[in-house]
Amino acid sequence: MRHLKGVKVPHLKHTTHQEPVRMSVPPVVKIPMAMHIGAPCRPIVEVGDEVKVGQKIGEPAGFVGAPIHSSVSGKVTSIERMQLFNGRFDTVIIESDGNQTVSDEVVPPQINDTESFLKAVRECGLVGLGGAGFPTSVKLTVKEPAHVEYLIVNGAECEPYLTSDFTTMTTDTDAMIRAINAVCKYIGIRNVIIGIEDNKPEAIDIFKKRASEIDAEFQVKSLPSMYPQGGEKVLIYSCTGRVVPAGKLPLDVGCIVMNVTTLAVLGKYLETGMPLIEKCVTVDGSAVKNPGKVIAPIGASIREVVETLGGYKSVPKKILMGGPMMGMAVPSDECPVVKNNNGFTIFNEKDAIQPEETECINCGRCVATCPLRLMPNRIARAYKLKDVDALKELDIMTCMECGCCSYVCPAKKDLVGTNKLSKALVSGK
Amino acid sequence: MNENQLIVNFAPHIRSKVSTHTIMRDVIIALMPALVAAVINYGPYTLAIVAVSVAAAVVSEYLMEKIIKKKNTISDLSAVVTGIILAYCLPAGIPLWMAAFGSAVAIVIVKQFFGGIGQNFANPAATARIILFVSFAGPMTDWVTGYPDVVSGATPLATGTASYMDLFMGRIGGSLGETCKLAILIGLVYLLVRKIITWHTPVCFVGTVFVLSALAGTDPVYAILSGGVLFGAVFMATDYVTTPSTKLGRAIFGIGCGAITVLIRQFCNYPEGVSFAILLMNIMAPHIERWTSSKSFGGAKK
Repeated sequence: MRHLKGVKVPHLKHTTHQEPVRMSVPPVVKIPMAMHIGAPCRPIVEVGDEVKVGQKIGEPAGFVGAPIHSSVSGKVTSIERMQLFNGRFDTVIIESDGNQTVSDEVVPPQINDTESFLKAVRECGLVGLGGAGFPTSVKLTVKEPAHVEYLIVNGAECEPYLTSDFTTMTTDTDAMIRAINAVCKYIGIRNVIIGIEDNKPEAIDIFKKRASEIDAEFQVKSLPSMYPQGGEKVLIYSCTGRVVPAGKLPLDVGCIVMNVTTLAVLGKYLETGMPLIEKCVTVDGSAVKNPGKVIAPIGASIREVVETLGGYKSVPKKILMGGPMMGMAVPSDECPVVKNNNGFTIFNEKDAIQPEETECINCGRCVATCPLRLMPNRIARAYKLKDVDALKELDIMTCMECGCCSYVCPAKKDLVGTNKLSKALVSGK
Repeated sequence: MNENQLIVNFAPHIRSKVSTHTIMRDVIIALMPALVAAVINYGPYTLAIVAVSVAAAVVSEYLMEKIIKKKNTISDLSAVVTGIILAYCLPAGIPLWMAAFGSAVAIVIVKQFFGGIGQNFANPAATARIILFVSFAGPMTDWVTGYPDVVSGATPLATGTASYMDLFMGRIGGSLGETCKLAILIGLVYLLVRKIITWHTPVCFVGTVFVLSALAGTDPVYAILSGGVLFGAVFMATDYVTTPSTKLGRAIFGIGCGAITVLIRQFCNYPEGVSFAILLMNIMAPHIERWTSSKSFGGAKK
């Protein structure tokens, strides 16, 4: 099988074999109503309401969305617009009573056909947990199920530092298999491929051993540890050899890609009815005293998550939601844990400062590295001239923003940042 | 914690350790075997030529950037590389002031006048060498051989009389750094291992000279072992700034350099064409880069 290009980033997966620590219930959780792609949710609770664990507190405003549930039991103290990493959104603030009383709404879903299955996926509040946060029920709503040939399970976890997906694969295997079988049964998929980078041999072994439990043609693909192996288009190519055309979706080549943790959450929901209210997050980076993994309720602050592990080692200068290659820098450690968080990478001053940019010397490393065969050097020149036609000619909209170009650039240019700005320029935003 | 203290910027938040400085440092390391060979073949005066050439390049870059109020870039070592490469193109008996003049021309006129590092369209050392040739034809072709028993004479490219072994080891008259092919090959291996250059340009350049020389009825081994072909192919035609950034483009660039070199050698009243070939192909480089732009993954055919 041929593979796309990429970069060999340092793995830095120090926390691979650490047991996740369950965080104590925080006194207050701040649950944002925008934790998915699509219109934000509308809060369905009011200030003063008593809420319980798993109770629905936000209803999606449209089809593309996922409901939001309370991660604690307690009282809604305020609903306010809060500045988050992705903008200003309504946020439900709940004071916890510490009892974690489970809501009556939490009952295993009754599923007997595709419709009831999709409803369950929606009620679970599930979004793509690999990072994008696309509502899972929307992804699984396919017009022509006969065209879906492959369910591709994304266990690549190609970002440095992050190990939460590894934990999911090795400890929540039962839930994952339950969810895989349900997706295959109700969507009508006959082939399942799980793609795992070869730096996680234990996870590969587990799925090879349990292959017979999956009610479909099942393959475990050991993939080269080459960033961005877990990129959707990259993974589809590595697993099936199929090329997703520019501007098209995996579904157009008969594939559905689901992250391992998304499946594990779904598997647990099918059994218990407990929706997505907590996440296992990797906490690592040079400013963290004891790198590790924390099971945190959604809405807990980053500061509280880090304190669970013993706090900071040095003054944090940069906090990333996710890993260092695609993670988003957040403005404050008071930002809450959200659904599609899989880790926090926290840097001290030395690691936080970006190297100084120098002139492009046209070395071609970005061209040689781009998995999607774009030419970031020419894109940067076209952007400087605000030449929209040239940017279109250079297929700028194909860029998946993996950051390989910026990573390898000897002039330390912010090439992927320029790509993002170029995409905005071309799409007229 | 003070919120304003956190740094927020685009991903990625880690970068590779390779920088322009480390690349230039590796090129300098790759150029060192040729310096050793030059000292052995042409004597210690060689060191003075290289030192003066490098000093002139660095000083003129510093002064020029001072005058035009640009950010100082001498620490990226690119001026050092230009100084060394130009010195290697000069004959062993050249007056030091000429070496200094050539370096200053390379940096000030060819590089800084066009916007400094990354902006120049022509290879500074190749262009400066041509300017020196045109200006000082005598001293620039007074090939000194046989240190310590110094004799001057014509280049073996013109006479065609040296043995393969003498050509390979550089025991011939010629430009300082160009004659010892063994030293250049050691540098090439280093550059390839360190992934500073790809094989495309050097292999296509030298291969084209070999094939076309054979077709023209001349000794192809002699053709690639004499003159500046190997040095040009490894150290000048691989300059990032003035060559295409695509692999196919680099191959085409190399083939073009090789073809022009052979054309000049065969049909011009001039023994060596490497510098001209590289300069002419430099002009083509942006076009070649555009022609060889890759089709994006999943993109439509263009």
